[in-house]
Amino acid sequence: MTDIATYNFAYLDEQTKRMIRRAILKGIAIPGYQVPFASREMPMPYGWGTGGVQVTASIIGPDDVLKVIDQGADDTTNAVSIRAFFKKVANVAVTTDTATATIIQTRHRIPEHPLTAGQVLVFQVPIPEPLRFLEPRETETRKMHALEEYGLMHVKLYEDIAKHGRIATTYAYPVKVEGRYVMDPSPTPKFDNPKMHRSPALQLFGAGREKRIYAVPPFTEVVSLDFEDHPFEVQTFDQPCALCAAENVYLDEVILDDHGGHMFVCSDTDYCEKRRADGHRGHLAPKADLAPGNMEPAQ
Amino acid sequence: MYVAVKGGEAAIANAHSLLADRRRGDRSVPALRLDQIVEQLALGVDRVMSEGSLYDRELAALAIVQARGDMIEAIFLVRAYRTTLPRFGYSKAIDTSAMRVERRVSATYKDLPGGQLLGPTFDYTHRLLDPELAGGTDVAEPLRRDTEAQAMPRVSAILAREGLIEPDGEMPQDHVPGDITREPLEFPMARDIRLQALSRGDEGFLLALGYSTQRGYARNHPFVGEIRIGEVELELDVPELPFAAPLGAVRVTECQMVNQFKGSAKAPPQFTRGYGLVFGQSERKAMAMALCDRALRAREFGEDVVAAAQDEEFVISHSDNVQATGFVEHLKLPHYVDFQAELDLVRRMRAEYEARESPAKVEEKRQAAE
Repeated sequence: MTDIATYNFAYLDEQTKRMIRRAILKGIAIPGYQVPFASREMPMPYGWGTGGVQVTASIIGPDDVLKVIDQGADDTTNAVSIRAFFKKVANVAVTTDTATATIIQTRHRIPEHPLTAGQVLVFQVPIPEPLRFLEPRETETRKMHALEEYGLMHVKLYEDIAKHGRIATTYAYPVKVEGRYVMDPSPTPKFDNPKMHRSPALQLFGAGREKRIYAVPPFTEVVSLDFEDHPFEVQTFDQPCALCAAENVYLDEVILDDHGGHMFVCSDTDYCEKRRADGHRGHLAPKADLAPGNMEPAQ
Repeated sequence: MYVAVKGGEAAIANAHSLLADRRRGDRSVPALRLDQIVEQLALGVDRVMSEGSLYDRELAALAIVQARGDMIEAIFLVRAYRTTLPRFGYSKAIDTSAMRVERRVSATYKDLPGGQLLGPTFDYTHRLLDPELAGGTDVAEPLRRDTEAQAMPRVSAILAREGLIEPDGEMPQDHVPGDITREPLEFPMARDIRLQALSRGDEGFLLALGYSTQRGYARNHPFVGEIRIGEVELELDVPELPFAAPLGAVRVTECQMVNQFKGSAKAPPQFTRGYGLVFGQSERKAMAMALCDRALRAREFGEDVVAAAQDEEFVISHSDNVQATGFVEHLKLPHYVDFQAELDLVRRMRAEYEARESPAKVEEKRQAAE
């Protein structure tokens, strides 16, 4: 039984990759449309990024440079685990540097550093259907998309305003893609929604458990749903990053003690490290700082 | 002073080496061998093969050891392996009437051709813990039949002669059987696809749903027409050969549930059927599957869909334990980015709420804070 553990480049067999690439191409051809695909069992659990991993495995080549983030950070355990997986099964170069990565697999964030043409951002998606929490049945939601019947979503957003005075959706905020499909941007904070709009990078979304792939091709219109009198707004923070003094970035709240002490730091660890290396100092930054994480060589 | 946390890689490696240690346990106790598991925990092995959708006892035993006896984890290991295997083709449909039967019981007839054959069953054992097993005492050889077994026609075939039960049914000539491991699920689905999903569905989930039909949530008046357990031959049509190539035998459990049906606008009064088939020996699973299959045929018979067990999208979307456990357990992954977004919203709404409730109090608080 020692000969059983031989795997193809990037784990998936070529037939499966071809099937997934076809789904990706269809997704690119119909921006925002959820393409059903025959998702495989992966060696990590469903719900832990199997959709993103299958997309990445299908598009990655030996010359690619891969970055994996979770919550914006390169060093969260699941990001470490997925990066290690591709180092092992595809032997590709990995990096934490947003600019040098050719493929960035992400969970819950879009990097702060603007993406460029030629880069691919792969999102891990838990529930791809933006209408799911309004209508649990797939048979119904597919019909609603086909008929462009999105009234229910607008009613939900309107009810939010009527009840709470504002749209009470802070992440997985629905967007309309190229004026046609309403799409779930995955559970990224709505702060990141504007980054999707006319992004020069290709954005691919993989939902393994739900067996759906969708895509936003480069330079595509991605508009967050809103009302004329209640325009879409992103989160703002009262203070800059405590480590690198960055403003207009998404911050994590770090609890410092059990007396309510806390600080706000960049959620994008690579961005924060780069800024500190460039000499930016926040009001709580330590004197001697970490060197930025750079390219790790391939095995 | 806060410094961004590093060291995920080392932490993961250390956690996994601790897992390996705990898996092995006390080194003075001999390590389990796979053949011990295959032979002595055979029903656990069967469940892993069945829900892992891979008929290989040795790999199932390996998965059980690797998973420290966690069945769903073992099933997951097997699934993640099977999905990498090449697909050579599809075997011919198995013929369960030609099964080499080890157990066969029918609850609808006192006696029937081929007879009732209890086989290796827990039924009628008294559930008294047996201290002798702890000592590993010798077990006597069982009785073996010395004659060829009689032919055992399926009970459904016996009932069919009177025309009182719906026939086996036939797929249209051009119907290509579906494959849930190669195509995404779509609703509504054909029965072949549904049965595949049920056969690898979680035993506990199907058991609970089947039970719910007995308690009145879509009651379907079931009788066990027949349960049979034994080995069936597998054959593959190979284009180069003039005959079907035998591949070997697999052990399966088949349950034919017979359900009373008063007739509807679509069908005459007759007995209808629910069908269960799983790898290995698992009557509970096969019976639960048959109950669910019959409940899920509600639309076909023009019955009202009023209960969870009849709702195809509900049942099939949630029956896979590998999917279910992954998504439930993913909640332990970090979600602090989204939580931060919610925290911000709740704080703002809370501030507005308090300002509305008592502006004076808020002002008081603010002054106190300053």
